[in-house]
Amino acid sequence: MRKILVAATAVILAAGASMFGASAADKLKVGFIYLGPVGDFGWTYQHELARQAVVKEFGDKVETTYLENVSEGPDAERSIEQLVRAGNKLIFTTSFGYMEPTLKVAKKYPNVHFEHATGFKRDKNMSIYNGRFYEGRYIQGVIAGKMSKSGVLGYIASFPIPEVIMGINATILGAQTVNPNIKVKIIWANTWFDPGKEADAAKALLDQGADVIMQHTDSPAAMQIASERGKLAFGQDSEMIKFGPKTQLTSIMDNWAPYYIDRVKAELDGKWTSEDTWGGLKSKLVVMAPYTNMPDDVKKLAMDTETAITEGKLFPFKCPVIDQDGKEVECKGGDHLADGQVLGMNFYVKGIDDKIPGK
Amino acid sequence: MELAEAIILSVLAASTPLLIAATGELVTERSGVLNLGVEGMMIVGAACGFGGAWLTGSIIIGALCGMVAGTLLSLIFAGMTLGLAVNQVASGLALTILGIGLSGLIGAGFVGERITPAPHLHLPFLTDIPLVGRILFGEDAFVYLSLALVVGIWLFLYRTRAGLILRAVGDNHISAHALGYPVLRIRTLAVMFGGACAGLAGAYLPLAYTPFFIPGMTAGRGWIALALVVFSSWRPGRLVAGAYLFGAVTILQLHAQGAGIGIPSQFMSALPYLATVIVLVLISRARTGGSTAPAALGTVFVPDR
Repeated sequence: MRKILVAATAVILAAGASMFGASAADKLKVGFIYLGPVGDFGWTYQHELARQAVVKEFGDKVETTYLENVSEGPDAERSIEQLVRAGNKLIFTTSFGYMEPTLKVAKKYPNVHFEHATGFKRDKNMSIYNGRFYEGRYIQGVIAGKMSKSGVLGYIASFPIPEVIMGINATILGAQTVNPNIKVKIIWANTWFDPGKEADAAKALLDQGADVIMQHTDSPAAMQIASERGKLAFGQDSEMIKFGPKTQLTSIMDNWAPYYIDRVKAELDGKWTSEDTWGGLKSKLVVMAPYTNMPDDVKKLAMDTETAITEGKLFPFKCPVIDQDGKEVECKGGDHLADGQVLGMNFYVKGIDDKIPGK
Repeated sequence: MELAEAIILSVLAASTPLLIAATGELVTERSGVLNLGVEGMMIVGAACGFGGAWLTGSIIIGALCGMVAGTLLSLIFAGMTLGLAVNQVASGLALTILGIGLSGLIGAGFVGERITPAPHLHLPFLTDIPLVGRILFGEDAFVYLSLALVVGIWLFLYRTRAGLILRAVGDNHISAHALGYPVLRIRTLAVMFGGACAGLAGAYLPLAYTPFFIPGMTAGRGWIALALVVFSSWRPGRLVAGAYLFGAVTILQLHAQGAGIGIPSQFMSALPYLATVIVLVLISRARTGGSTAPAALGTVFVPDR
C-alpha cells in the first residue's frame, strides 16, 4: 500500500473507462494506472504530468485514459484488465505493488504492451522502468553537508526497502565529501503518505537538533514545518518551493515525460520492445529543481556535482564503499557498485549511527 | 527541559483532532447511534475547511465550513439510519467511502495551495512563564477549545436534564419513546453534533497542523477516534486521557527513533495501537458488572405509531 487507497473510486472510474471504450478505433489508446489521486502533489501527480505531456506531444494520434486511487492488490488486476478490454494497447502501471497484477494480465494478453514502474519482473510484452533517484540524493547530501550548522541532518524515511536505504546512503556519502563528521538522525514513518505524521516526525527531528530536513515520504508537510521553524529542507518527487519559499534547497523531481513520449512513439511506429530502463540525471528522468536558499559557492558545488554525475565522471556509490561495521563492500561494477548491488542495498554505509529496522 | 516542552507541545497538537472527533462520536453513540463514518466526515471537513479558509483568508470561517460540511454529511447518515432504518454499520462504512471520494472532488480545486495556519496564542506575561507558559497559553486556540468542549459535554451529559434524556434514549429507546421523548429527533441532533465535531476535527488538520489540503490527509485518524470512544468506555474524562495517551505514544516513538534507541521502528509505529489494546483489556478486567456501552447502541428504532 503506497498511499491512501480508495477501492470504490477505482471501480467507478473503471466502469467509466469501459463505457468510453467504444469510440475512435484508429487512435492508439494508452492507459495509466495511478496509485494516488492525481492531485497528491507528489508521486502520482508527476505521472499525471507525463501523461499530459504525451497528449500534448501526439495530439489526435493518441487517446489516454487513467484510473486513479487504484489499490495494490486484486483491485489492480481488475483495473488493468478493464483498460485492456477498453482497447488500450499500451498500459503504464505506476507503482511497485502493481508488479504481480501487471505480470498476470500481461501473460493473459500477449498483444497488449505493458510498462511497469519501479519493479524487477519483466516479460516479452512488459517493460520495466525506474529512476536513479539516488543520484539526486547524493547532490542533496553535498548541499546538506555544506548548509547544516549543527552538523546533524534529519531524514524522514518511509519503509526499510532498498530504494529508501540507497537514498539514505547516497545522501550521507555526498554529505561526507564536504563534512566527514556529518551525523544523520533517521525516523521511519512506516507510511508513504500521512501529512500529520510526517509533520510530527519533522518536528521531532528539529527538536533533537537537526537543522536540514530531507524526506522519502510524499507530502510537503515536512517542508512546511521546517519553513515554520526557519530551518532548511528538500522537496520530494515534485517542486515544493511553494510550501517553503525560503526553505527549499532543491528537490528531486521525477520526470517521466521523456520516457513516456519515447515509449508511445515506439508503439506508434510499431517498434516497441520489452526493455529495462533505469534512467538518472543523464536521461533527464531525474531532474533537480533550481538550487535556492544557498550561497553561491554551495550552489556552484551542487551544480558541479550534478554535471559530474550526468557526465558519468562521478558515481555516488564509487568504490570503496565501507559499510557501517567498517567492512569494505565487494565491488562488482568496476570502479563503482554494480546496479544489482544498488538495487538490493540492505546495509548502511559508515557514518550512520543507527540500525536498519528489523535487521 | 526544552526538549520535554517541545514534546508536550507536539503531543497536544497531535491529540487535538482525535479528541474533537471522538467527543462528537461519544455524544452520537451515547444516543444509541453507531456512526462509523467519522473518517469520511473528517476528510470532507478538511477539504471544506481548507477551501473556506483559502477563499476568505479566515481561519474561523474555515472552521465553520468544516463543521457545516461534517454536519451535512452526517445528515445523509441520519436520513438513512434514522429515517429509513437502514443498518448503521453498513451506512457508516458507506459514508466513509463517500466522504473520501467527495473530499477529492471538493479539494481538486485547491490542491497545492497554502494558507497561513491558525496563529499560536501569545498572551502577555502568561505565555512567557518559563516551562509551562507555552504549554498552557501558547498553542493554537483549537487545542484549548477542544478541552473546553469535553468539559462542556461532561456537564451536559451528567448535569443537565437534556443530557439525562440523551443517555436514556441511548440505553433504552423503547422506554424513552413510551415516556414521550422524540427518540428520532434526539438521535438526529446527536448525529449532527457528531458530524460537526468530525468536520471540525478534520478542518483542524489543514487549518492548524499542516496548512495545505491533500486528498486522504486524515490518514485514518477517524478510525482512531472511533477506537478512543470505546477505549474511554463512553466517558468524557477517560476520553481526554485516551487521546493524550495515544498522542504521547505516537510522538514519543518518533523521538525515540530520532535519538537512535535501538527498537525496530515497525514495533514503535504499532505501539500506540498496542497501548490501546492493553488499556482496553485492563479496563474490561477492572469493570464490575455489565457493559458500559449504551445498551441500545447500533440498534434500529422504528417508532410504533
